[in-house]
Formats: sequence, C-alpha cells, structure tokens
Amino acid sequence: MAHLRSIFAACLGLTLLSFPAPAQEMPLALALSCAACHGTDGKSPGAIPTIDGRSAKEMKEALAGFKNGTRPATVMNRLAKGYTDQEIDALADYFSKIK
Amino acid sequence: MKRISRRSFTAMASAAGAVLAMPNLAFGAQARVAVVGGGFGGAAAARYLKRLDKQLAVTLVEASRKFVTCPFSNLVLGGLRPIEEITHGYEGLAKDGVRVIHATVQGIDTGAKRLSLSSGSLLPYDKLVLSPGIDLNFGALPGYDRTAAEKMPHAWKAGAQTLLLKRQLEAMPNGGTVLMVCPDNPYRCPPGPYERASMIAHFLKTRKPRSKILILDAKENFSKQALFQEGWQANYPGMIDWLPGKAGGKVASVDAKAMTVKTEFGEQKGAVINVIPPQMAGEIARAAGFANDTGWCPVDFETFQSKMNPDAYVIGDASIAGQMPKSGFSANSQAKVAALAIIAVLNSRKPASPALANTCYSLVAPNYGISVANVYRVTDKGLVSVEGGVSPTGAPPDFRNREAIFAEGWYASITRDMFG
Repeated sequence: MAHLRSIFAACLGLTLLSFPAPAQEMPLALALSCAACHGTDGKSPGAIPTIDGRSAKEMKEALAGFKNGTRPATVMNRLAKGYTDQEIDALADYFSKIK
Repeated sequence: MKRISRRSFTAMASAAGAVLAMPNLAFGAQARVAVVGGGFGGAAAARYLKRLDKQLAVTLVEASRKFVTCPFSNLVLGGLRPIEEITHGYEGLAKDGVRVIHATVQGIDTGAKRLSLSSGSLLPYDKLVLSPGIDLNFGALPGYDRTAAEKMPHAWKAGAQTLLLKRQLEAMPNGGTVLMVCPDNPYRCPPGPYERASMIAHFLKTRKPRSKILILDAKENFSKQALFQEGWQANYPGMIDWLPGKAGGKVASVDAKAMTVKTEFGEQKGAVINVIPPQMAGEIARAAGFANDTGWCPVDFETFQSKMNPDAYVIGDASIAGQMPKSGFSANSQAKVAALAIIAVLNSRKPASPALANTCYSLVAPNYGISVANVYRVTDKGLVSVEGGVSPTGAPPDFRNREAIFAEGWYASITRDMFG
C-alpha cells in the first residue's frame, strides 16, 4: 500500500511538473473569491475572521462542519454546501500555506 | 543599481526577442492587458492580474481619480457613515505595479487592438478587460432624463447624486412622503432599493418620525423580500409601503416639475422622489459592439471572454452572467476568473472551469443585517447557483446583529482587496 501510494505520489508529482498551472487553477479561482469577505490572502482587515495560516486540519474540520451543518454560522453554512469535499481539502491546504 | 552597457543591453534585448517568438509569453515578453473601468470588477481585475503574474504590463483606465462605492452609499443616506468613508483612491493599485491612467476611453479599435483615450494617446493591448458598470437608461421611463435626475435623484451611481438625495431628505417636512420608483430586472444590486428604503426609514424614524416611504415597484417580488418585510415590521412598523407592479406599483411616467409620478392607478405626489430607472451596460461597451440587443454584454461563463470579441473579457454589472446578481462581490469574483483565464490563454493553456461566489449583505437597521450567499458553477443550464440562499427568517436579534457586523467586515475586506 505504501509502495502504491509512493507510485501515485510520483505520478502526481510528474503531472504537477508537466502542467503546473491547470492543476492549481481550480482551487485558486475558488480560493481567491474568499478574499472578498476574508481579505486578500485570507488576511481580514475587519470583523470577518482571518483564515490564513491555520492548520489544514483545522480548516478542513471547520469547512466540513459548515457543510454538514454541525458547526453554526451565519453565511458559511450556506456557501460550504456548494464546495465539493476535494475543494474543501484544496482550500484548507491553500490557506494553511499562506504565511 | 548596476548600469547596463549598450552592448549588454542589446544582447539582453535580442535574448528577450528570441523569447518573444516562443508561444509561452511568461518568460521575458511583457504581455499587455488593458482594464477599462476602476470599480469593483476593474480594480480587482487589474490588481489580481498583476499579483498573479508580475510579468504582465497591466494598465487601468478610469475617468475618476476617486471612486465612491455604491455599496454602503445607503448608509450615507441613513446617516451612519460620511461619504468620505466610502471614497477610495487608486494609489494602492499604482503601488502594486498597475499603471493607472485617468482618462475616458473614446473608442476601441478591436482590429488594431488599441484604445483611444481622451488624453489623445493610444493604448495598445494584447488582452482587454471591460468593466464599465452601468449606464442609466434615460428615456426608458417617460419624463426621466438627466435634467429630471437633478430634481428626482437616482443615486444609483454613488457620489454627487447620493449627496443630493441626502440633502433632499434632510430638507423635507416631517410627515412628508418619500416615493421610491424601482425598476424591473435586471439592474445593479437587486436588494439595493430595499436596503435604501430601510436606511431612509432609519433616518426618518430618528429625525422626521411622521413621514412615510412608498415603494412603487415594476416587479411582483424582490430580493430577500421576506427578510426585508420582517425587518421593516420589527424596526419601522407602518412606515414603509411596498406596491408590486400589478397592484399599481408600475410607474408609467414621471413629472419632475410637478414632483409627481403616474401609475396605472393614478398620480402620486412625493416630498422626495428617488427614481431608480432601467439600466444597461456602460456606454463604451455598447459603443464598441460588446453588447447585444438587450443592452448587456454576452460572455463565455467559463472565462468571461466576450462573445463579440475573443481578445476582450467583460465582467461586472455590464456582463450577462447567468444567475449571478449584478453586485460588487459578483464583479470581484468574475474579475479573478477573467484574470486567471487571461493568464492561462497568454501562456497557451486552457483555462480551468471556475467556481464563483457572491455574498450580499443588506443593512435593515444599524444592528440588523441580512444576507444572501451563493456558489455558482457552469452547468448545462448555464451559470447557475448550485448552493446557497438567504439568512433565516425569524432569527434572533443576535444573529441579525452579527450579520450587521459582518456587513462592515465585508466592506473593509473587499475594498482593501480591490484597492490594496
């Protein structure tokens, strides 16, 4: 299994190397739209929570909680239902890597 | 900085020339993107084009040196914010490396790919982003023209018109009626007229409590209707009346001299009359042939590339964006999709299929906010909302208060996101 996973990772790495931008673009368009409320790069200048620099795990749990309704919210429970689980993972990874 | 000798400069230039011939423009050759219009779409597009690809030569052409946002201009009418706090400059964009030219675009030569500017100069481009916003369709409502708008302000482009309407509200007698004339869809900011009624009611409640507001609407229903009506009942009982089109709300003509409006059911007189007329894409988009016979600009939903010209992208209120409302947030989201698509195309890549979003807050009262939030995707039915909706009705005061606070947070974030 570990072996399979490393082969998969190697293939994925190769794909990313060959076509760097398309692999990134799908979450990027979505991630950039978060800025309108959460600030550029997720750094909010106002009352809406900042979302950069948290762990990917924390972000995934929050977004999954908004999506399945277990985490209360005003707006995010309505929006998160529109994201796929893969997009939630990609968004969490994206914002966790912003310094 | 190290000085470059003529010889080494020539060598560098020819190396750059060799790169120019390659299909991939990312290395060395500076692709030129012109962005027309410095509002929620154009400013965000210019800033993100530069942020996403430092190599791009991005020029923003905008007539005004200061931009007054339509979002939160209703708060100015309500007396909650001075207009200075919703007025923004372009210095941040210039600092980010965007070339900002304050001029109007007089023509677009799509063959030669260049803009002619009011300054007399020509601006060549490889890709063009048009974000011209709306023009008021003077003439669509009999009696309502530019002169009439000086007596019956539209205030649907923020700035002088906002202040004119505010002065009229301050001068009207206690016990007078404010008439609001609202258009049929589509128009800029679907919940805007009803937030405006709320903010005018807040002003009247505190300053002229015997006054009334009558909304004459061409439509049979409106954005966040149940939430607005619940909020009006809670905050301004008996103060706001809304007449749908078939119940006498549809206005046939206005008379600015007599300060009256005519409906099928008779004549209405107002102490203050706010006419929000029908609208269409900003003039430059129509003059250059980017609009169809609806007066709005058809685009490819995946990229916002113009259906009329492959080198141009139309975003924001001027575009026909499926189910997305004409809002500042929509324009911001579309700006990023167009920026990513332009960078992909310039690098001979296929743009990725986007997901777009919109969240619109409306303030019913100072501590009472409501919202609509949706995610949009391209399906076989066009660009449609796949999930989302409005705030719950019957929510406790704490929920409304949090949405009012988040409305302010949204404003701080989105204006920083577009202006830097």
